[in-house]
Amino acid sequence: MIETLQQYGQAYLWTDGFRFTGVAVTLMLLVVSLLIGFIISIPLSIARTSSKKYFSYPVWLFSYLFRGTPLYVQLLIFYSGVYTLDFVRDSDFLSWFFRSGYYCTLLALILNTCAYTTEIFAGAIRETDKGEIEAAKAYGFSNWKLYTQIIMPSALRRSMPSYSNEVILMLHATSLAFTATVPDILKIARDVNSATYQPFIAFGIAAIIYLIISLVLVSLFRQSEKKWLKHLQPLSN
Amino acid sequence: MLYGYSNLIIEGSVMTVKLALLSALLATILGLLASCAKIFGSKLSATIAVLYSTIIRGIPDLVLMLLIFYGLQIGINQITEAFSWQQVNIDPFTTGVITIGFIYGAYLTETFRGAFLAVAKGQIEAATAYGFTPWQVFRFVLFPQMMRHALPGLENNWLVILKSTALVSIIGLADVVKATQMAGKGTYEFFYFTIIAALVYLVFTIFSNAIFYWVNKQFLFERKEVRS
Repeated sequence: MIETLQQYGQAYLWTDGFRFTGVAVTLMLLVVSLLIGFIISIPLSIARTSSKKYFSYPVWLFSYLFRGTPLYVQLLIFYSGVYTLDFVRDSDFLSWFFRSGYYCTLLALILNTCAYTTEIFAGAIRETDKGEIEAAKAYGFSNWKLYTQIIMPSALRRSMPSYSNEVILMLHATSLAFTATVPDILKIARDVNSATYQPFIAFGIAAIIYLIISLVLVSLFRQSEKKWLKHLQPLSN
Repeated sequence: MLYGYSNLIIEGSVMTVKLALLSALLATILGLLASCAKIFGSKLSATIAVLYSTIIRGIPDLVLMLLIFYGLQIGINQITEAFSWQQVNIDPFTTGVITIGFIYGAYLTETFRGAFLAVAKGQIEAATAYGFTPWQVFRFVLFPQMMRHALPGLENNWLVILKSTALVSIIGLADVVKATQMAGKGTYEFFYFTIIAALVYLVFTIFSNAIFYWVNKQFLFERKEVRS
């Protein structure tokens, strides 16, 4: 175990000497996909709760499709499926994009987290107290102001507990990246396993790293929930 | 339409359903045991249950699957060698069921724990006052009401289990993903066949949604009757 750590510890954490690997890649995938997914899901969640069918229906369909199929299958579609299409190979940009395991993994992760996050935010928007909206309208708030000042700040705060769950699940989802040859933690673990024939140690180290990242994320969210959701916590004696 | 791969894909779909059902069963049993250990158990069993549900939920299912798939075989080999028994090979199906059941048992532990705690205390007190034994309280009062609270969580977990079975194709089980990838390799129609795999999962999801919708309605109906 000590030998394996000495030999491969660096590869598990950030680099194998040639490129970024391990924890660095996993965290990069996590942060980029969560950030972009978050930004896209805000307008989508507003559209999802819209009373106009031509806004809400397409978003519902998108999120149902991505929540109803496994992420692994979505990744396979992007990584091994799309590139076999003729028009993709004929286009310079598309063939460059879909040849890269990184871009395909990121695309799959972003669309997947976007679908789940949209539903989380949409749920929170729907649960906004009607009185708050009525009061804002009575004060003459425009629709833009109503959303940016009243609905979204409170909805985003209230969705924090579910969103923290989604973040942990996304961390777990990034472990699929190795199937698209992205050198994340699990890819290193597999390489170590095939080099040392010690699966318990190779995958055990990966499991412990993931566990530590999960626990750190959970405690970060606990701290911020204490700060941002103070007004919703039950009064303690 | 499927270039002669329809049998392979149907067999794969059946394999996916079998795997999902068996692992869901195992996960439910483990979840019930661990949640009961957390709430009613001794300090030791409660600690074990807490460790189980915390550690497992912190590790990606794919990592655990590879760990168990490669590790379990080596562990079994060491045992059989030590006792000089015949070698026992575990197949990907058993590993898949054990792994997925073991992982989602941890998630269901939390679902069931929340559902147990949601049952009003007065119910238990009333049952005890009527002279029910602890087992009878559990069997006739606590458990039926708990299941009702657990239904939404169960549906969620069932859908997640169904989708996580896609990962077993990575350890070599011939499920629907593996079947469509083989068909893709044979015809070089990867896009088309992977879409088929996605559609198969989508159909399973829609079907499960319909079943749970019906089950939910049954329970809701019962509740309405009680109120009126």
